[in-house]
Formats: sequence, C-alpha cells, structure tokens
Amino acid sequence: MNHLDLLTFARGSALNWALIIFVAGVALRLFEIFGLGRKADLARPRTDSPGSGWRTIVTRSLPPEGMLKREPVTYIGGFVFHIGLFVAIFFFAPHIEFFRSMTGLGWPSLSSALVDASVVAAIVALAVLLAHRLNHPVKRLLSTFGDYLAWTLALLPLLTGYMAYHHLMLEYTLMLAMHLFSVELLLALLPFTKLFHTFSVFISRWYNGDIFGRKGVAS
Amino acid sequence: MKQAEQPGSVGEGLKQRGITRREFLKFCTAMTAMLALPPAMASVMAEAISKARRQSVIWLSFQECTGCTESITRSHSPTLENLIFDLISLDYHHTLQAASGAAAEHARELAMKGNEGKYLLIVDGSIPLGNPGYSTIAGISNYDMLLETARGAAAIVAVGTCATYGGLPKADPNPTGAVSVGDIIKDKPIINVPGCPPIPVVMTGVLAHFLTFGNIPELDALGRPKSFYGETIHDRCYRRPFYDQGKFAQTFDDEAARKGWCLFKLGCKGPVTYNACATTKWNDGTSFPIQSGHGCIGCSEPNFWDAGPLYKALSMPVSATAAMLGGAAAAGAAAGVAITWHNRSTKAAAKAAHEKVTVQELMREEK
Repeated sequence: MNHLDLLTFARGSALNWALIIFVAGVALRLFEIFGLGRKADLARPRTDSPGSGWRTIVTRSLPPEGMLKREPVTYIGGFVFHIGLFVAIFFFAPHIEFFRSMTGLGWPSLSSALVDASVVAAIVALAVLLAHRLNHPVKRLLSTFGDYLAWTLALLPLLTGYMAYHHLMLEYTLMLAMHLFSVELLLALLPFTKLFHTFSVFISRWYNGDIFGRKGVAS
Repeated sequence: MKQAEQPGSVGEGLKQRGITRREFLKFCTAMTAMLALPPAMASVMAEAISKARRQSVIWLSFQECTGCTESITRSHSPTLENLIFDLISLDYHHTLQAASGAAAEHARELAMKGNEGKYLLIVDGSIPLGNPGYSTIAGISNYDMLLETARGAAAIVAVGTCATYGGLPKADPNPTGAVSVGDIIKDKPIINVPGCPPIPVVMTGVLAHFLTFGNIPELDALGRPKSFYGETIHDRCYRRPFYDQGKFAQTFDDEAARKGWCLFKLGCKGPVTYNACATTKWNDGTSFPIQSGHGCIGCSEPNFWDAGPLYKALSMPVSATAAMLGGAAAAGAAAGVAITWHNRSTKAAAKAAHEKVTVQELMREEK
C-alpha cells in the first residue's frame, strides 16, 4: 500500500467508520444522559431567578474574581488551547470544505498563516497545561488515565496537521494520512471519554445554574 | 533504421549534422539545470555525450494508449529528432519505426543480440497477467516479451503511469490483472517516469542523464528521479499564494477562477502529486493544467484513478454521505433509548424491592 492508497483509505472506509461511531456514540450518550431524568421538583423556587441557567453558561466560562491570579496557567492555557483548536477546526479552508461536503454549509476561511499561528498557540498551550498538570500536586493527584488520554487525542490532530502543512518528518501524503487517522481516533473515542464535554459542557452548566437558582444559591 | 551509415559516436554525428559546439553546450547547460546538477557539470555532460556511442534503445509498448509516445514527440529540449539522430539509436518502437511484422521483430532481436547487456529498455503500458491473450505483439504475450527483452538490458525506464504503477488498466476492478514493470522485473535497475503522460522533457532528461553518467539518477521511494519528482505541484504552483490567502475558485467559471485563484476546492490534487509540471511546464514551457484553469488530477501518482473523485477537494470524504450519518444518529439514538429503558427498569426494580424499616424494628435489632 503506497502513501496515496493509505490516504484514500483514510478519506474513505476509515473515515466512514470513524464518523459512524462518532455520530452514533454522541446520539447514544445524549439520549442516555437526558433519559436519566430527574424527579419533579415540587418545592417552590427559593428565589425568583429566571434565566439563571443561561447566565451560568457565561459566568462559569469566565474566571471568578481572584481565580485568574491564583490559577493563571489553567485559565489562560485553557482559553488559548480551546480558541486555537476552534479556529483550526472551523476556519481552515480545507476543513470548511469537509463540513460543506457533509452539511452543504460553507463559510469564509482564514488565511493559512493565521490558522498556523493558532495551531502553534494551541500546541504550546497543551504542552504548558501538561507540564502544569504534572507539577501541580493537586492536579496530579486528581488526574487519571482518562485525562492523559484526552490530552493525547487532542494533541495528535494538531501536531500531525502542523507537521503535514510544514512538510516535517514524514512525506506530505503520508503525514496527511496520519493527520486523518489521528482525527478518526479522536472522533471514535470522543463520545466515550472526557472529551464528550464538547457536547455536554454547556448542558451541565445550564443545569447547575438552573438548579442552584431554584435553591437560592448563587452560582 | 540504417545502421551502417550511422557514425560511431555522438560527437561525430553532431559534426556531420552541422551542430556547433556552442549549440551543443547550450543544450547540455539546459539539461544540467533541469537535472538539478551543478553548472560545472554542463561541460562534463558535453564531453561524456559527445564521446559516447549512440545508445541502443528498445521501446516496448504494452497496454497503453500511445499518449506517452505522443508526449515524447513534443519534447523541445532535446527534440525527439535530436534524440533519435544524435544521441540514441532507437532500434525498436511500434509507432515510430517504419518496419512492421517479422521485420520489426527482427530489428528488436538484432538490437538485443548486438548490444547484449548494454541496451536501454523503455517500456510504456502495463502488463496483463489475467490472460496472456489480452495483449500480444507478433503473437508474443506482453509478459513474455518483457521478460525476454529485460534479460539483456542495462537498465529499464518505465514511462507513463501504466508502466510504472499499472495506471488506467489497473484501476478498479482491473479486468486484465494489469501490473507494472516493477511488479515483474526485480533484478534490473528501473527508473520510473510516471505521468499520464509524463512531461516530454522529463523523459528525455532521464535519457540524457543515463547517457551522460551511464547510471541511473537518484530515485525516491517510488523509483522516480528526485530531480523531477522531488516536490509537489502544490509547493511549486504559481497559484500557491492564493491558497495561503484563502482565495479559491468555487466553480470553473466564476470571477475567482477568471482571476486565477487556487483550484483546491475544485478537486486539485496538487498537494499530493509529485511532478515537475509547475516548473518545467508543457509544450516548450507554455503552460500546464493548472495554468490553463483545471486542477491537477495527480496523474503521476500510483493508483490515482482510485484515489477518490477527481472533482472533490482533497479534504472531502471519498464516500461518506449525510444519509450515512443520519443512519448512524438513528442507530445511536435507538441504543440510547434501549439503555435508558434498561436504567429505568433497574431503578424501578430497586424501588419495588425496597423494604421499609420502622423505628421499632431497628430498636429491636439493637437489643
């Protein structure tokens, strides 16, 4: 199997299976989570706080007062990584073509240089966050295999994409195939790892805000 | 071809034809530049070629469309006429030779005997292994003729994607069981010059290298000369800046296409195609596919016919569809409902099995 054959496989059957597992997995997890249900809350809300859930989606996404000073690496690193990843996924022209082919929707792309810079920022942020996780006693204690797995799955597509674009280490076609395989690994495992927060993060923030609002607790 | 009248060396032949040393050096300088050799090699090349005996060449055509021959006849530097009359002795070539039938085969046998171990074998077209009768020449199957002719060759140049990697005949479902020259011949140096067809000056350039150095040029992992196949079309494309700026043609006739913006979205395979089209160009350096408004189809890559639709961008899935994802979502949702049902029935069973304990019962147990 030559490099182009490998790339064709990565764009073909391998991608199909990864997408099937990803979509089915996400649907399964969402139904499972929503299907858990909650007992009807018969008590009258402590405070009349409409929109508490929606507000919390925003407030929990920003550092509370003083926390940015106490945990600058976690907050800044987290933001840089997530924004960098978002820009790379949704604003690189070839990626938009992928979404257009699957959904029919297209939007303007950013220049390669800007996407490149955001990828570098995301990779650096991931490296710093890992170093911090390993050096911070509390973070290290709290970390499990799942955290390191999620870190690796997020890093590989960024790294292989960067190396393919810059023709580093492997021949371009082969590296592009590796990039696709790393994305496929990410897609297949995302619904079943901590990376599922991609879909659940705002749902859980809304729920927390809403339930605390009803109980009269600031959130 | 009249062997007796041919001069012994290339230099003599050039003199006879009134080609000056200045003209010949100019040609050698162009060749060294094209082969990415140091400028000083031009005079070495001139020396070597002019002293060399005209190289005996046998050209075999198997399952092919004659596009490779058509292409090489358009070579401008050197021209095919230059090559045939000055540099090589083309002893056998179906399309170009005057002889036919038994006389033609006799010419091949004569060349093989007279230049045992020294002649250069050029092959275009793939070789069918499914049935020897799929392609024969003078009643000899392609497979047998290749084995027989390759035996005494100094080296083999496989020209065109069919001879190098199987090409169109090998495309799925490969009805003739087509294979490349390299799939059959393992004990001879093979230079792969892929392309559908290959660039004329790349073919003649490779021949010039062989004549000059008597060996094969540096090859990549797919057996291609690095001097011509070292970089991708995309990396050397004059439209590359548009790719980097995010400026793309969306259709073949929109404003962006007229402005000459990047053709990536229209399925250009330039990023994964290694060839010299963007630098040497075609027809005496006039143009190449992308310059004339069509994306690269990747014709010099192995199995390019089966590498996804020609007009789908490289980053698009080959076969995934929205319907497929809809099916996956439905299956996932069904599984989610099943799990929910299971969770709820477990909860209900636990609730049903729950026994209430009164304070009295607890106090009795304490006693």
